[in-house]
Amino acid sequence: MPRRDDIESILVIGSGPIVIGQACEFDYSGTQACRVLRSEGYRVVLANSNPATIMTDPGLADRTYVEPLDVEVLAAVIERERPDALLATLGGQTALNLAVGLYDAGVLDAFGVQLIGASVEAIHTAEDRDKFKAAMGEIGLEVPASGFAHSLEEAMDAGEEIGFPIMVRPSFILGGAGTGTARDRDALARIAAEGLAASPVHQVLVERSIAGWKEFELEVMRDGADNCVVVCSIENLDPMGVHTGDSITVAPAQTLSDPEYQAMRDDAFACIRRVGVETGGSNIQFAVDPAGGRRMVIEMNPRVSRSSALASKATGFPIAKIAARLAVGYRLDEVVNDITGATPASFEPTIDYVVTKIPRWAFEKLPGAPENLGTRMQSVGEVMAIGRTFPESLQKALRSLEQGRAGLNADRAEEAYSSMDTSELVRLAAEPAPERVFALEAAIRRGVSVEELVEVSGVDPWFLDQIAIVAAERGRLEELASSGAGPEDLGTRAWRELKRLGFSDAQLAWLFRCGEERVRAARRAAGVRPTYKTVDTCGAEFEAHTPYHYSTYEDEDEVEPSGRERVVILGSGPNRIGQGIEFDYCCVHASLALKEAGYETVMVNCNPETVSTDYDTSDRLYFEPLTVESVQDILEAETMASRGAGRVAGVIVTLGGQTPLKLANAIPAAMLVGTPAASIDLAEDRERWSELCRELGIEQPPGASVSTVDEALEAAASVGYPVLVRPSYVLGGRAMEIVYDDARLREVVRDLDRALRREGGVSADRPVLVDRFVEDAIEVDVDAVRDEGGEVLIAGIMEHVEEAGVHSGDSACALPPQTLGAGVVAELETHTRAIAEALGVVGLVNVQFAVRDSHVYVLEANPRASRTVPFVAKATGVPVAMVAARVMLGASLRDLREEGLVRPASGGGHVSVKEAVLPFARFPGIDTLLGPEMRSTGEVMGIAGSFGLAFAKSQIAAGNRLPDRGTVFFSVADRDKEAGLQVARSFRDLGFTIAATSGTAAYLEANGIAVETLVAKVGEPGAPGAVDLIASGKVQLVVNTPRGRGPRADGAHIRSAALANQVPCLTTLPAARAAAAGIADWRNHALEVRSLQEYHLQPQPQPESGSQAQPESGSQPQPQSGSQAQPEVRLGGAPGGGTPA
Amino acid sequence: MTAAERLGVAGQRPEGLLVLADGEVFEGYLAGAPPRGGTATGELVFNTVLSGYQEVVTDPSYAGQVVAFTYPHIGNYGTTPEDDESRRPFCRGVVVRELAGRPSSWRSHEALEAFLVRHGVPAITGVDTRRLTRHVRDEGAMGCAFGSSSEADLRAAARAEPGTTGRDLVSEVTTDRVYERGSGPLRLVVYDFGAKETMLRLAEAFATVTVVPAGFAADDALSLDPDGILLSNGPGDPAALEAQSATVSDLVGKVPVLGICLGHQLLAQALGATTYKLPFGHHGGNHPVRRIDTGAVEITSQNHNYAVDPASLTRASQLAGPLGVEVTHVNLNDGVVEGIRARSARALGLQYHPEAGPGPHDARYVFAELEAMMSAGRS
Repeated sequence: MPRRDDIESILVIGSGPIVIGQACEFDYSGTQACRVLRSEGYRVVLANSNPATIMTDPGLADRTYVEPLDVEVLAAVIERERPDALLATLGGQTALNLAVGLYDAGVLDAFGVQLIGASVEAIHTAEDRDKFKAAMGEIGLEVPASGFAHSLEEAMDAGEEIGFPIMVRPSFILGGAGTGTARDRDALARIAAEGLAASPVHQVLVERSIAGWKEFELEVMRDGADNCVVVCSIENLDPMGVHTGDSITVAPAQTLSDPEYQAMRDDAFACIRRVGVETGGSNIQFAVDPAGGRRMVIEMNPRVSRSSALASKATGFPIAKIAARLAVGYRLDEVVNDITGATPASFEPTIDYVVTKIPRWAFEKLPGAPENLGTRMQSVGEVMAIGRTFPESLQKALRSLEQGRAGLNADRAEEAYSSMDTSELVRLAAEPAPERVFALEAAIRRGVSVEELVEVSGVDPWFLDQIAIVAAERGRLEELASSGAGPEDLGTRAWRELKRLGFSDAQLAWLFRCGEERVRAARRAAGVRPTYKTVDTCGAEFEAHTPYHYSTYEDEDEVEPSGRERVVILGSGPNRIGQGIEFDYCCVHASLALKEAGYETVMVNCNPETVSTDYDTSDRLYFEPLTVESVQDILEAETMASRGAGRVAGVIVTLGGQTPLKLANAIPAAMLVGTPAASIDLAEDRERWSELCRELGIEQPPGASVSTVDEALEAAASVGYPVLVRPSYVLGGRAMEIVYDDARLREVVRDLDRALRREGGVSADRPVLVDRFVEDAIEVDVDAVRDEGGEVLIAGIMEHVEEAGVHSGDSACALPPQTLGAGVVAELETHTRAIAEALGVVGLVNVQFAVRDSHVYVLEANPRASRTVPFVAKATGVPVAMVAARVMLGASLRDLREEGLVRPASGGGHVSVKEAVLPFARFPGIDTLLGPEMRSTGEVMGIAGSFGLAFAKSQIAAGNRLPDRGTVFFSVADRDKEAGLQVARSFRDLGFTIAATSGTAAYLEANGIAVETLVAKVGEPGAPGAVDLIASGKVQLVVNTPRGRGPRADGAHIRSAALANQVPCLTTLPAARAAAAGIADWRNHALEVRSLQEYHLQPQPQPESGSQAQPESGSQPQPQSGSQAQPEVRLGGAPGGGTPA
Repeated sequence: MTAAERLGVAGQRPEGLLVLADGEVFEGYLAGAPPRGGTATGELVFNTVLSGYQEVVTDPSYAGQVVAFTYPHIGNYGTTPEDDESRRPFCRGVVVRELAGRPSSWRSHEALEAFLVRHGVPAITGVDTRRLTRHVRDEGAMGCAFGSSSEADLRAAARAEPGTTGRDLVSEVTTDRVYERGSGPLRLVVYDFGAKETMLRLAEAFATVTVVPAGFAADDALSLDPDGILLSNGPGDPAALEAQSATVSDLVGKVPVLGICLGHQLLAQALGATTYKLPFGHHGGNHPVRRIDTGAVEITSQNHNYAVDPASLTRASQLAGPLGVEVTHVNLNDGVVEGIRARSARALGLQYHPEAGPGPHDARYVFAELEAMMSAGRS
């Protein structure tokens, strides 16, 4: 079956913002799908609300809609574009649910759109647990005993029948939200209620828990001719009971004998056939009883998943790419295996290495969330590592996490276990938690038997034995070290055995009690270097043409010599809060731009979810941890591979966030390209940075760096409260707080010291910064690119919606700015240019400002790619990261203008709003208040003709659909009352009724706003309580700003009630004001969707001159469509900047 | 040995070398049974299965060969008598990157290493098996020697290793007596050229199986009044088995015949075709094969160094009667003939292993086809 010719255009739906359970793996799959479909000659229409994705690059589709992923919006896209087909199996659960929604709404039928990949029937069979269970029964596959419930009563009845422990899983959910295990009736009642609320169809499966069984996954593909293959088998180190997204997983399966594996394979094929996935990839999960091999099907995803991204990276078999081909009619045997270039894709990859995936959690960002793992996924990212053996891949993966660990213990952090008694260690080893694997090793080293640990943890003895091998080796080395030997005493074979078990130089340095440099020198002297092997899908049976490498310690190195100039791009490692897909986007863009410019590009990264680790992205890929040791080894290997005129022309460290930046000093200075490392240090060095600002005459909020509590108090006294307190060298605002008094300041500095203890505590070298916090200021982000010749391109000026004090990553922002006067904008540009010049920036710089009453303060400058770069590119049509990469390699902005890479920003006709997406729904009980600590996992973008519409779109896209009518509940702090009054008036004028707590109500009524419902504060008698009111469904929107100047936790019960009942809750008045503007605009204008190509690639009415990529925002009249410059649309009050008093 | 030299788990074992006939040397550590005289030899082949090492090691088709596993961890789930493909291992040695210490499986009776020791199979671990595989892939299958002997001695032994070409290895592995298995309604005679247990087990489901030695005369087989003949897999070069080819010639046309692997090659020879040696053979569980009549792709279990020459089949076709010999299956990786059918003679041949022990079950329908042919012949 060749390509289908009855289809001309295909709508691809992406997965929207990065959220827990759905991360950039779907950018990887969607990007592959778009590339494939276009290369097949189809017209591709793409919809995705996430601007940080590669797939939304205008070059990847014919029409790219950065619009909310919502049935109504997609219906408008379909009406406009009239695609012949919809491909929804590559955009995660979001796309699948939307496909069902579009079908149910009759949109697909009305416009004659065919669903390709999986039918609605297949989706229902897989996703509706009742149907799935029945279907599996028909084909004789066992599923755990279970019953369905649509109400709490039904859940309790089903529970009684099945018996405890019981697992509750809501239907049609993503990443296990609302899932849990109940051991008694009370727990069942609580978890089932949560699950019913989480399920969009209010249905939960109540099933007998088989926690402790072994867990496996098979990644299966099927083509239209019913050919099926298993791409990869995966075995979880954590047994059943921990969500697979939160488990350490290993490929291939390690402990299944062939008869067991083949039977599972037969079951998987029977499952995909019965469910009826016509073409594409599916993920099928199995549980196996370790005692007798009894096997059950747990679930199947009729689509490409997180595990398929992992399987693709683990095997070199690009599931999404092939799924896209199969969806348009090809058979597996008609698709060529890219890696061999000679054999067909209708085979099952075999591998000659072991892959380990470890999740990365962000509990430090989410105080109040328990650190235990369960059936609800909580991790925000993951790493993958490849080694020839499991110990090697496990240790590499652990250091890839960048959590200060050098491997499986044998580092400073292991001291935490040294001080525990054995029973405590065993208890830790028994509990599924992020630290468990370290506790298992420590317990084994303490002499606890593998049998005992199997008993308490359920981890398979094979894995524990492998950990024991690592522990035993370490023991032998310690014995050697204690006899006075140093690393110089190791022979070549000993070195090789140690490295083969995955020990890093840093771990060996810890064990020898010496510096890592000495270990490295000794290792080199012994002639022991890593060899780089190739991921080739076939265990070397055929020649591979794709240089996708991993390091190991063997005889033969497979890095091909190169006579070309190579640029090494260091990636951003695992996704985490504060460093996500945006940085991967920048690295990918650098690779694409530099390839285009004739360089050979070399990517180094360890995140399996990303586009950067697609072997198609760069000329060479090293799937390696981003550590000093591995980066130095790679640079050495690349240097040795140079032939003739070939050389490493540069190493880029400024595009992947803090991860590569921290490695700058480990890289020979001559190799680093872009902004010099010294400038990066200068910008991070508090004193020198302040001095620079003084020299440049740019005002900063006053502040000081301190290393003791007394110094902190002194600094606060001198600058005045409130102060912003944070450690130096921060990422994503980790551990930042706004402090209002001495008592809290003492606590905060002490907490910081404790939190940083692992890295040596607070000291003069690692000070704490105490700055005056400028209250009620507008925060502004400026992204710019400077070339070597000194020309600066102001790429984007973004005005934040939330006031300064809310982390910029958590704040909504608008481009162009909406309230800043021409004078302020000019000042921001001038300052940015001056800073870029003074720092000698070559490439990107991001400068953050606070503007209060037209007064501009600079907060910080980061001479590197910022989180906002992709947003700016999508908003202006200028590929900022590509420009930066070229500039770093010596191109001038003038050259790039001539080349057409730098072009005038498209502007004037639209406003773009970026909104943050927060993970609170995953963590019941945590406070949803925004603050200086970044907590968002992703972002969305709304584009429209007016700010109000763009904001409204961004809210829909972020999952906070603004209400059209109903009641707004106000509970605002005293200092916000005046501003709150304006907002309340806007809502009243829009026809909303108002509810308020007593203080707020009194103020509103005194100012002529009728309050229909008086709400009691906690402890107040009489009126209904806020929590009950919200739970009753009578409130459609909550506006709650924190009270007082103390710790900003007051009102938490209101926010958590809103969260639990899925009522949008705005915690700042600027956001509330923007929401009112959005509702007004939304009401007055029909929904309009427009593609990026139309925004950016249409002929510009008036090409702008010079390097001004940024439209003259603020000085221009508001755009025509959608808004007639309604004054209430403006943010932050009066035109010309400033803040309502 | 200094304290530092004792580091490494593999370092707890004696060091050893693996040397190929062309002089390539690989370092490793000796495991399994100690090789006799410090040297184990054989033709080196690599196998790409991820699971099923015990089935591979006990597959008689590996007689005369040393098997290198491309997957690094071997032995993880131990061994069980249920997974033995024959009465004992026939391979001459095993090369791995990492031999498991402690196996983990509810099915396991014995660790792989203990199993190898018990059966006298030497092994070498810690080897860069990927380098070895790439070398064999590029240079072809060749003799090898490994053990504790000196490099020079091992090289000489590797060079002296005769390989499989022109050698009859079947007599080493075939049964020395006729025996019966199962009690199915049909009667099947299995020529044991190195038959695998899974093959017999699948046949038992529908037939009473009489297993006969490789040298069993055609007349004697026919006198058992079989409904069908199964020509089993087996080791070595089919061209060296002239007597067996002649026997097959005497059987073909008289009774339905299914040939598997070596049996398939013998069938092809009996039909007038010839065979040739592949550069490094097919040994694994992931080879895509197209079934020509339906177009379906099967993922197959493979273990062969020789294959049927497609050009010679044309000639064979002319000899085989009105319906000729057709190619029924082809390997999608390299176009090798994987299956033939002589319709008029009621004979099927499959180069790969439809019984799949180890490997995917995609081709087990072939046994149903055999059953159907046999039933049709009876009625």
